[in-house]
Amino acid sequence: MIGGLFIYNHKGEVLISRVYRDDIGRNAVDAFRVNVIHARQQVRSPVTNIARTSFFHVKRSNIWLAVVTKQNVNAAMVFEFLYKMCDVMASYFGKISEENIKNNFVLIYELLDEILDFGYPQNSETGSLKTFITQQGIKGQHQTKEEQSQITSQVTGQIGWRREGIKYRRNELFLDVLESVNLLMSPQGQVLSAHVSGRVVMKSYLSGMPECKFGMNDKIIIDKAGKGGVTNEAGKSTSGKQSIAIDDCTFNQCVRLSKFDSERSISFIPPDGEYELMRYRTTKDIILPFRVIPLVREVGRTKLEVKVVIKSNFKPSLLAQKIEVRIPTPLNTSGVQVICMKGKAKYKASENAIVWKIKRMAGMKESQISAEIELLPTNDKKKWARPPISMNFEVPFAPSGLKVRYLKVFESKLNYSDHDVIKWVRYIGRSGIYETRC
Amino acid sequence: MRSVMFRFHVCAGEIFELKAELNSDKKEKKKEAVKKVIASMTVGKDVSALFPDVVNCMQTDNLELKKLVYLYLMNYAKSQPDMAIMAVNTFVKDCEDPNPLIRALAVRTMGCIRVDKITEYLCEPLRKCLKDEDPYVRKTAAVCVAKLHDINAQLVEDQGFLDTLKDLISDSNPMVVANAVAALSEIAESHPNSNLLDLNPQSINKLLTALNECTEWGQIFILDCLANYTPRDDRESQSICERVTPRLSHANSAVVLSAVKVLMKFMEMLPKDLDYYGTLLKKLAPPLVTLLSAEPELQYVALRNINLIVQKRPEILKHEMKVFFVKYNDPIYVKLEKLDIMIRLASQANIAQVLAELKEYATEVDVDFVRKAVRAIGRCAIKVEQSAERCVSTLLDLIQTKVNYVVQEAIVVIKDIFRKYPNKYESVIATLCENLDSLDEPEARAAMIWIVGEYAERIDNADELLESFLEGFHDESTQVQLQLLTAIVKLFLKKPTETQELVQQVLSLATQDSDNPDLRDRGYIYWRLLSTDPVAAKEVVLAEKPLISEETDLIEPTLLEELICHIGTLASVYHKPPSAFVEGSRGVMHKRLPAQGTECPDVGNAAGGSAPEAAPSIIPSQGDLLGDLLNLDLAPPTTAGPTPSTSGMQMGGMDLLGGGLDSLVWLPAMKAKGLEISGTFARRAGVIQMELVLTNKAMSVMTDFAIQFNRNSFGLAPAGPLQVLTPLGPNQTIEVSLPLSTVGPVMKMDPLNNLQVAVKNNIDVFYFSCQYPISMLFVEDGKMERQVFLATWKDIPNDNESQFQIQDCHLNSASNKLQGSNIFTIAKRTVEGQDMLYMSIKLSNGIWVLAELKVQAGNPNYTVSSGTRRDR
Repeated sequence: MIGGLFIYNHKGEVLISRVYRDDIGRNAVDAFRVNVIHARQQVRSPVTNIARTSFFHVKRSNIWLAVVTKQNVNAAMVFEFLYKMCDVMASYFGKISEENIKNNFVLIYELLDEILDFGYPQNSETGSLKTFITQQGIKGQHQTKEEQSQITSQVTGQIGWRREGIKYRRNELFLDVLESVNLLMSPQGQVLSAHVSGRVVMKSYLSGMPECKFGMNDKIIIDKAGKGGVTNEAGKSTSGKQSIAIDDCTFNQCVRLSKFDSERSISFIPPDGEYELMRYRTTKDIILPFRVIPLVREVGRTKLEVKVVIKSNFKPSLLAQKIEVRIPTPLNTSGVQVICMKGKAKYKASENAIVWKIKRMAGMKESQISAEIELLPTNDKKKWARPPISMNFEVPFAPSGLKVRYLKVFESKLNYSDHDVIKWVRYIGRSGIYETRC
Repeated sequence: MRSVMFRFHVCAGEIFELKAELNSDKKEKKKEAVKKVIASMTVGKDVSALFPDVVNCMQTDNLELKKLVYLYLMNYAKSQPDMAIMAVNTFVKDCEDPNPLIRALAVRTMGCIRVDKITEYLCEPLRKCLKDEDPYVRKTAAVCVAKLHDINAQLVEDQGFLDTLKDLISDSNPMVVANAVAALSEIAESHPNSNLLDLNPQSINKLLTALNECTEWGQIFILDCLANYTPRDDRESQSICERVTPRLSHANSAVVLSAVKVLMKFMEMLPKDLDYYGTLLKKLAPPLVTLLSAEPELQYVALRNINLIVQKRPEILKHEMKVFFVKYNDPIYVKLEKLDIMIRLASQANIAQVLAELKEYATEVDVDFVRKAVRAIGRCAIKVEQSAERCVSTLLDLIQTKVNYVVQEAIVVIKDIFRKYPNKYESVIATLCENLDSLDEPEARAAMIWIVGEYAERIDNADELLESFLEGFHDESTQVQLQLLTAIVKLFLKKPTETQELVQQVLSLATQDSDNPDLRDRGYIYWRLLSTDPVAAKEVVLAEKPLISEETDLIEPTLLEELICHIGTLASVYHKPPSAFVEGSRGVMHKRLPAQGTECPDVGNAAGGSAPEAAPSIIPSQGDLLGDLLNLDLAPPTTAGPTPSTSGMQMGGMDLLGGGLDSLVWLPAMKAKGLEISGTFARRAGVIQMELVLTNKAMSVMTDFAIQFNRNSFGLAPAGPLQVLTPLGPNQTIEVSLPLSTVGPVMKMDPLNNLQVAVKNNIDVFYFSCQYPISMLFVEDGKMERQVFLATWKDIPNDNESQFQIQDCHLNSASNKLQGSNIFTIAKRTVEGQDMLYMSIKLSNGIWVLAELKVQAGNPNYTVSSGTRRDR
């Protein structure tokens, strides 16, 4: 199991060190600093073995978090734990920075004592941790017996992510469907790979212990319902057209997985506040919001002509925002002249790229940029690698075509019903890695 | 030295100040002081001098202060064991606190203090906490048992904590169950045969129920534990798989990977024609692909595991090639792994896409990645015949870029392509020759020389080219020297007239001026071959070479099976068995995939189509020279060895007369990477001897032998180290006699005379078990006084007595054997025509065995009644 956890600043100074196992000595702290943090070359692996001791690390801004062990631990678990640890810390004191860590080191030690025992991860839900570990010190000495046992039963219980007795005057639900659309396109406009990775993020402010049921236009569910004898002709035809094929999805631990496996229904008791309900992936029938058409021409040895056309491909009534096209330039660029019809374009020498920004763009439109790049003559034999043209944007729809069909809330003990809950749904599609080779 | 002094001075001042603050009356000031102490501790300053002052702060109502003091205690208690005892009272008191959080905190911290005196006091509170009414305390106590076991294993066993821990598996709270499972799994790892976890269908059912309810981490513990279970039959296997598959949709990648591990393992037992088998295969692909959208570090772990899965079951991901395409911004470790998997998945159906991608990668920045991409193109050519032509032209394009490392890498792979498809692409040789001067890496030079030698008849100036290399012969690496020698000999055989001088020159360079034995030997062989029989030389040197097959760097099947059992863990990331990187005995137990159910093995193999075909011969890596005649002789030795003849020859526990038994093969060479161990036991002059015969059936020399026994019924242990002083060369055998003592740790084995042995050498650790004849434990002073015998015989209760019939035995031979085996006759009398012999035996552990032998005249069958009594 996990033998110890260290947190370093960018210089390799130790900010936090907690050892759980006897086989980890103080020299482990130094070994990681010398061999990884101070190593000259780029990090070649997130797992390093130094003198029969294994180190796992992740970096958050310039902070290094490292787990050390001498045993054959579950590597996936270690990384999941490190991410979780970052989440927990972030939810307590915000950004993970040297200053924040130094100011909260007592709290971090307390957390480490609670969420790792002898190297075994324990409950790491911020919801329940915050009931007895706070930045003002530990609650506990002034609690009543009922409160104490409520804490312990929640920490160890089946529904560790939600405490009992939550009350809201207004029961509200916010549902965000956030998708990132990834594309790799060849210069000729052929789609090499495209997929959408989406997340359903919920913010729930509901009283009591509500039971929720979530439905979307998943092909399998709709087909199932269709076969199940739904005689509504109209419903059948429309749903058949709109349903989407989800390749795979994963759920927050509150979702009953066995139920999803048998009936494909998503039912759960939600955590309080914001959380990620599910993640999914689709690869079929993706709406690609933009198409990039590049044209690069080498004029002699010292000049390049670049022309890039972007086309928006969605309903004209919708507006895309924060559009940014990044056109890489060779390292030996000496000067660039840009002409664009819309937005602003600039050559950024430090990034070796021309950055073209457009604030808004409606659907079914087209825009173009052309640039002349002057090159310094070099005797470098190696050809310019021509990195792909990448693009960023945000659109108000889900490129996968996913639609929320319903979200039902049942709370039998309290007197509010599904109709009393105010629900908000929003779709945002963002670019993930959206690249066109040139 | 100076920096150490400096730090000391700083500390001395600080410590003085802190001491004052710690002893302050004000609570707030105290707390701040303890915080400062912890901060100094974190950065590695030695603040142990403050021990008494900090411990004094422990008795407080302030939980935060208490936690800080505990943190300090965990760090320094070991260095100040006497003072740590001051803390015990507070711990014991806290374990009785009405607040469950405090009870748990106390028991959690106490377990982390590795001081013997404290652990003594820990037992009682721990026992109570294991049965606490609050689940939070119970789950903490469960882990504490594992902590205590790490400090003092014997204590945990003596105190019966293991049984309590086993009971917790049936606890009503899922988190308690999960922690109990984690603790038991860890303890079980250090007792490979204790059967601690005692997994059976009932307990498995409990675990599967808890799986649905506990935290994500708990699910990982339970799944990892389930993976160690071997279902009884395919039906049980299927039902477990059905209940594990929902975990594949969990958001936590570690849960997903552990579930994949269980499924991959249990799938082995399912018949392949079962519908469910196909369904399961289909269900595995999407979650594996989803893992690739996780954070890069997890992607890396996932990719390393997918690499194993693809080798074991290529059908799962064969349609998912695209997801392994490299993204421009992927970290380099992700890129390299993806590339590896792409090659493994390459097939005729997707080769066009793969090639287009690889060509793209070959222009990237990272040198390692580019090299690997170029090499991958070559591997595609060898793997998919239809694509060979395209691959070769792609490689030629890349050579035209003149980027040095790209050219070199391309030449190395082109050589392999020539070997796979002889007489097909030789037209490109001219292009390759143009780049001769730019090659500076040994592997590329050797490859180029091989090409020149092999196709000497088509290259007009082959002699000039080779001669140019000859000038700096002594500065070349061995690899290049060997290749050059062979290439020139080939050239000579093809064009004998012009190259006589050249061949003389290289032979003398190799045989006279070199001190490398390989090179010299090869030189001499060529020389003699050429001088005795040039025709034979031609036949040998220019013989047709066997074709190379497609798969390179496949993981050896037994290792692959073991790694599949370790999916998700570090072993699967390193692609090494745990014994290669874990110290000590923990976790070095080798895991194996279960065999398919015995009812239908034929069906499975026939229907699956994936039954092992001829094992792919692997392209030798650099160092071995491709296809040269000398290497062909060195084909792997026949590792078959004598088949283990264990059946029917087992020494029975009751073979009291067992004498010179033939030696048995305890460890066949197939199981131990070429090391075969056979042996027997004997008692000589009061000393028990284990006679071992070690045979090295592998190619390499074995050294550093060591031996160890697991705990056994009579406390047998090696009395000295294994005396193998000289390295054991290939095909050598050595006989060793190992004296044994009987003072080692004791654990009852089944059968009683079973002995588990671990033998280590420079290659690995191997395990086997054998049985010893009980008679070797009979000691020389086993002769009992007559009076004592009489009294004892009466004392032995009837239920300690048992009777046996011995058949076909003759008194003369019997008495001789008995004498020799330290079985002493005390008295003899005749009753009603029957001879009654009374005998005594004393075992090495002080157990007396008294026996009465009834012999009827004329009847070869004797009756033995024996009773036992424990001395001391």
